[in-house]
Order: sequence, then structure tokens, then C-alpha cells
Amino acid sequence: MTFSPQLEARFAELLTHYPEGRQRGALIPMLMYAQDEIGAVTQELMEELAKRLGITTLQVDEVTGYYSMLHKKPQGRYHLQVCTNVACMLRGGAELYDHACKKLNLGHKQTAADGKFSLEEVECIGACSWAPAIQVNYDFHHEVTTGKLDEILEGLK
Amino acid sequence: MSNLVKLTINDTPVEAPAGSLLIDAAKTAGIEIPAFCYYEGMSLQAACRMCLVEIEKAPKLMAACVVPVAEGMVVRTESEAVVKARKTTLEFLLTNHPLDCPVCDKGGECELQDMVFKYGAGESRFTEVKHHVPEKQWSPVVFYDGPRCILCYRCVRVCNEGMGVGALGVVNRGVVSEIAPSHGDHLECDECGSCIDICPVGALTSGAYRYKTRPWEMEHTGTICTHCSDGCKTTLGTRNGEIVRGNNRDRSGVNGEFLCVKGRYAFDFNHHPERLQAPLLRVDGKLEEVSWSRALQVLVEKFKAVRDAKGNVGVIGSTRTSNEEAFLLQKFARTVFGTNNIDHHRSGDVATLLDALSGKTGALGTSADCYTSKAVLIIGADLSQQHPFLANQIRANVRHHKTPVYVVTPGAVREDKTAKKAVRAGEDWLAAVENLKGSLAGEKELLVVFGDAVKGEGLRKLVALGDSLGIPVKYIALVDYANSRGAMDMGLLPDLGPGYHAVEGKAGLTLPQMLAATDLDLVWVVGANPLKKASLASSKAFVVVQDLFRTETAERADLVLPAASAYEKNGTVTNTCGEVQRLKKAADTVGAKTDLAIIGLIARGLGVNLGKVDADNVFAEIQKTVRGYNVPLPVIVTGGAAQTQPVNGRVPSNVLPDLIRSAGDTLFTTGTLTKYSKVLNEVMEGPGGLYR
Ligand code: SF4
Ligand code: SF4
Ligand code: SF4
Ligand code: FES
Ligand code: FES
Repeated sequence: MTFSPQLEARFAELLTHYPEGRQRGALIPMLMYAQDEIGAVTQELMEELAKRLGITTLQVDEVTGYYSMLHKKPQGRYHLQVCTNVACMLRGGAELYDHACKKLNLGHKQTAADGKFSLEEVECIGACSWAPAIQVNYDFHHEVTTGKLDEILEGLK
Repeated sequence: MSNLVKLTINDTPVEAPAGSLLIDAAKTAGIEIPAFCYYEGMSLQAACRMCLVEIEKAPKLMAACVVPVAEGMVVRTESEAVVKARKTTLEFLLTNHPLDCPVCDKGGECELQDMVFKYGAGESRFTEVKHHVPEKQWSPVVFYDGPRCILCYRCVRVCNEGMGVGALGVVNRGVVSEIAPSHGDHLECDECGSCIDICPVGALTSGAYRYKTRPWEMEHTGTICTHCSDGCKTTLGTRNGEIVRGNNRDRSGVNGEFLCVKGRYAFDFNHHPERLQAPLLRVDGKLEEVSWSRALQVLVEKFKAVRDAKGNVGVIGSTRTSNEEAFLLQKFARTVFGTNNIDHHRSGDVATLLDALSGKTGALGTSADCYTSKAVLIIGADLSQQHPFLANQIRANVRHHKTPVYVVTPGAVREDKTAKKAVRAGEDWLAAVENLKGSLAGEKELLVVFGDAVKGEGLRKLVALGDSLGIPVKYIALVDYANSRGAMDMGLLPDLGPGYHAVEGKAGLTLPQMLAATDLDLVWVVGANPLKKASLASSKAFVVVQDLFRTETAERADLVLPAASAYEKNGTVTNTCGEVQRLKKAADTVGAKTDLAIIGLIARGLGVNLGKVDADNVFAEIQKTVRGYNVPLPVIVTGGAAQTQPVNGRVPSNVLPDLIRSAGDTLFTTGTLTKYSKVLNEVMEGPGGLYR
């Protein structure tokens, strides 16, 4: 599998951050940068990174499946992730998610026909202190209300 | 030893070595802290929260499986908060878990069931619909039922760390996380079943056992695996006389709970439909079933005639029958027929090793040494394929003690990955070992485990090299099958009697010489298949075969006697390290008799007195007369392993290195028995077969 020279350079630089024999530590950033370039974490990508880091494809799969920022399929231009885990749920996360479903006319892990939005209900994204939290691509939004959600969505072109 | 730390658990003063985990300290003090994910010998996981305890001054409940003991620590394991936390943990674990224990394969021996019974809440607050996914089959052996999984990671760790295979992982997150196999929808692995065995619930089940019985309907018999020569204890579960399960959950025997695919599942040959159940006599050129009395009558007449005419006899013994049977067979041949034409398939040069070590003590390695030795050298053996248990011991040694392992093999082996040095060498292994001399001499001690390439003069040179290192060195000569070692020790050899004493009179014919001889009048084959790829030159020979199946050799026989398998008899076997262990009868095949009983019946027919022919009595004679076998009986009788003493004297053998050749079995083969094990054939056609 080939990547752009820029990505290769980034990988090479990344690997120097980890001590000899612990290069597997670079897996998460490698997956993220590669996903940005390719659009998704494909099977081919998982196999390639496994080979490069000397781990099994299954181990790459474990990491990919765990993190909600990694996707095996391409997402919409704006990927909306609404947390409904305990802290957010107690502060209205579930209602927020329902609202997003209606507003975007999408369900869990669905992408709009025009490719603009995709939606996903996620487990804790580590922003519990400011629950309920949502994530649009790599940007976090805290203490989101239905009104605030509408504003955020309208602001996205 | 390490310093002791004083702490208090449930108002009881407890002392524990510094650095030990709270859960272990409690256990030694007789206090049980319930746990799912914690597993002795595996890495810590702290995934299940079942072990939460209250520690004074700690802000919240702590997981006892990862908290080390500290001086003055005050711990409560049954306080109100702890009891409540456990109930809640169990309530959570049951959120999506099916409550159909009556039809679950694990019912009756499920840790979750037991925990809920002991600590659980009788009610659940969850009213939501349970998340369900269908069951999956990953290999002929391994099935996974996701909803039952409590995500304790035991299976993942035993496969990664224990087996060194790494075929299981956890994918996804939260309520949809589940265990996944190495190859998308299926497994390519050792098929050892360790993951199934270690699973606390009914999430992983085995194709061999599932839905055959309720666990409490089985009887359990701890005996020794009849496949490779490592001597694992396998506890066979039988139902209505049929073996339905093999495992070793009670950790008895040298192997603890380890078993490979053969010890755990390949007991199925025992009930193969082609098992012989009546003697076969050649009548008009064809083998026909006859009664035992007719068979014995023919046999005794024949034996009498050959004995009285001083005819030429060849005797070929087994690498799987018991010590008692091997001993009695050679005694019969030597005393009744006065012949030394006795041999078996030789797979390791134990005779030369014992000779080269003559005068040394403590130079024979045990299976326990594989785990404790401070350095290991493997020469010419693919241990993970051919000696799965010893390989497992060495892996655990590396994992727990960071022991340096040196590998000298012709091809890549699993041990390479964790080896300090891995060198490729075949016939030139000695030169490769000499190159390692500098590093080896720097170790504190060394255990050398070697395969069939190391024999004769080469082996003597190896021992000389070991002597020159200036450190304690022990050796294990690898052999093929469950009693390959015992066969040699018992004197199934043409030039050596029991205990490696020179035979009286002239040395007899070797196995190939017997096959090539044209003047043999009688050939008696007990539990071997020498004609698998060879033929018998003596066309006039009357051939008697005792076996479980109609083998290639049986096809040439004039009389075939149905023999009992190792799982159908009492007696002892000796593993590749020289450890003697007891076989215990677990099952029966109608019509078959043990080789010991058969030899006894023949002797009676001939009017020969071989002493009382029962396993205990013959073993008593072995203890008295076979060098090295004066082992403590209580150890063996209670299911333990007793290492034979070194012979410690010269072994007057003219070893013929060419005769020593391992059959080269893999993880999924076991000589003649391979053909009759359904499970081994399935995994070979399926995923397992791809795995070299
Ligand atoms: S059966 Fe396969 S997946 Fe399970 S522990 Fe053994 S090698 Fe690993
Ligand atoms: S399959 Fe069994 S051993 Fe593996 S994580 Fe699930 S419950 Fe634990
Ligand atoms: S390692 Fe050998 S003795 Fe142990 S279970 Fe496997 S075949 Fe049997
Ligand atoms: S529970 Fe929503 S961010 Fe942690
Ligand atoms: S046993 Fe301690 S968290 Fe599982």
C-alpha cells in the first residue's frame, strides 16, 4: 500500500518518538493521519500498519474498533458524534441524540445521500466534565443543548 | 526472601511478601475475594470490577487484583459498600447476558452462575431488551456465543501470553464489544482449546464436547495423554463409558492446566468405529473374526511350536504401551524364546545421553526445569509443534522470569520471537552451538533440550561442551510418543535390557534387521506399525499383532488381537524427561484386552510363570530390578510425577544413530493414531491445516 510522500514523511518522523521496540505506540496517530488521507481505515490499511509495526492485523482492528474517531467506512463531510454515555445521558445526551436524528433525518452510523452529514451515537468521548458533549469531526462542543446543536449545524456549510 | 508487609484484612492480621497483590494475600490468609478477570500467571487486566474491596483512607473501592499490599493497610472485603458493589457489578454483567442457564453448555460449572448464586442480586433493574448477536463457529473446535461473554479477557491473554499464538482480540467498544478471531470470521491457530477451558462462562465452547452432556453426569479420571512424550495429565470426563471431554482444570500433573489439541480433544480415536473388537485370524488367506478362546488356542500352539523348535523370533514393542507391558513383553521374549531380537521405533538417543552423563548427578532435566531454569538452549526441535507442553513451560519461563532462550534449529520456530539468539543450523548444529559458547558460559545455569539430530558422537561432544561451560547444565533428550522413553528404559532394545544393562548373550536384531531377515518363524508386534511403509522379508513368518486398529501391519498378520488403548488401562508411562506417571483406566472397549492381560494369558497357556500379571505387581518388579526406577510409590499413586534416577554407570550400547529418527509429528498429527482422530483431521482440513 502506498501513501503520499508527505504522509510517509510524517510516519517516519512519528516513529522516532518511540523507543526501539515500542514502535507500536505510534499506531493511533498513524491510523488517524492515514484515515485523513484515505478517508477511512480500510482492511488494507490495517494490514499495512500491522506489517509496519510488527503486530497482528487483529491488534490493529482492536484499536480501530475502540476509538470513535476511527472509522472503517468513509463518513460525511461533517461527522457528528453525540455522546450518550452515563455523564452525558444524565445531562440530556439521549435527547440531544434524538434531536440530531430528527434534524438530520439520519440514524446511528448513517450518512446523508448528499454526503454532507453523517451521524453516530458514541460512548464516552472524554468530555464528561462538560456534559453533554458532541464532536463534529475533530472539534468538540461542550454543554450542548438542542438550541445550541441547531446553531452548530446551521454554521456548517 | 522478600520483606513481609503487615496488613489487616477483615480485622485479621495478615502478612504478605512486599509487592504481592492484595487478592493473593487475602487468599493465603484464607479470605476469598471474588474475581473474574484476575488469573494467576497472566498479565493483570482489572476489567471486571468483581474484586472491589474497601481500603481505609482510599477515596473509593479498589480492585484487589491490581493493588499491591502496603504496610498498615486496613482492608474490608465484606463491608456493606463492598457487598453492594458486587451485587451491582453482577447486575451489570447480566444486563445482556442470557438467563438460560438450563440450556447453556457451561451450566453447572459456570463461574458467573456461582458468583450470582453467592454474591448476586436476585433481581435486576434493567427492563431494556437484551442486546443479542448470533453464535459463531470459528473453527471445528472453537465456538463463540457473544451475549454470554463477560469480557474478562482471559481467553485473549491465554492465547497471547500462554500460547504465544495471539489469535484472539477484543473489537469494538461498550455494549457491542466482543471477542474476535485472528482471521476475520475464523481462527487460524493451535486449536488448543485453552481459551475455551479458561472461559469462566459459556461464551466459548468446544465442538468436541458441547451439548453432549451435563457436567455433573460425567465421571472424571486423571490419566496421562497418550500422544506426544511430554506426559501431560489429562482428566477424561466419561459418560456411559464414552470419553466426552479432556481437560485438566484441577491442575494436577506436571502440566497444570495446559493441554494441547491432542491431549484435550484427540481422545476421540478411542471410540472410532474401526476399533477392533474381536480377534482376527487368517483363514484361507483372509482375516476373519474369531473368539478370544479360539485366538488364544491358535496363538499358544504356535508359540509352543516355535519355542520347542527353537525357531527364530522377532519382537517389536510399542512407544505407547505402559512400562509394565513393555517390561513384561521383553521378559517374555528373553525368558521364553531366549531371544534378544527385540526393538521399537527409536526417536531419541537416551542411551548415549545416560552414558555420557555417567558419574554426574542432577544432569537430567525435568519438565519443571523448563519453567525454572535460568537459561535454555533448544537444539534441532520445533518445540511448539512437537512438544507443546515443554514449549509452554519455556514460554512461561520467559514471560515470568525473562529467561534467555537460545535456539538452534534448521527452520524458523515460534521460540525465535522471544529468543535471546536464534540461529539456523541443521546437521551443523554443533558448530552453531560452539559459536554460542561465549554467551552460554555467561549464564548461571543451562537446560539443553535437543531433538533427534543430536545423537551418538555428536551428543557426546555436546555434553563435553556443556562440561566446559563451567555452569550447571541439564539435558532433555526429546523422544516421540507417550512411552517412547519407557520403551527404552524397559529394555525394548536388542543390545540393552531393562535399565540399560547389557543383555546376556549376543545382541539381537534391530527393527530394520528383523524386517529384512528372511528366516524369522514368528514376528510378534505389540502396539506398533512397522509395516506402514516397509515390508516383511520373511514370508514364512507367522505374524501376531496386538493393536487398536487394523493397521498396515495388521493387514500382514496371521493373527490380530484387539488391544485396549492407554485410556483403558492402569499402569505407568515415562515421559521424555524420565518422569514416571500413572495411567488410570477411564473407559472400556468391548472385546479389547490390555496388552498386559494378553501377554499374561499367553504365558498361562504356555504354562510359563511370569509372576502375578497385574500392573501394580509388575511395577513393583520394575522398581526392584530396573536401574533408575526405584521411585517413591506414594508420589505416583497420588497422581504425581517421579523422575527416574540417573542410571549413573556406563551404558554398554553400540548406538546406531541411523536408527534414531523422530517421526516428525506436528501439532495436528500423532503417528498411526492421526488417522483415527476426527478432530485432528478436521483441524487439518480446516484453519489449523494452514498453520504449518
Ligand atoms: S484454541 Fe486457538 S484461539 Fe484458543 S487459545 Fe488455543 S490457539 Fe488461541
Ligand atoms: S469469551 Fe470467555 S474468556 Fe473470553 S472474554 Fe468472554 S467471558 Fe472472558
Ligand atoms: S503436549 Fe503432548 S502430552 Fe501434552 S497434551 Fe499435547 S500431546 Fe499430550
Ligand atoms: S459520558 Fe459523555 S463525554 Fe464522558
Ligand atoms: S478481578 Fe479485579 S477487576 Fe477483575
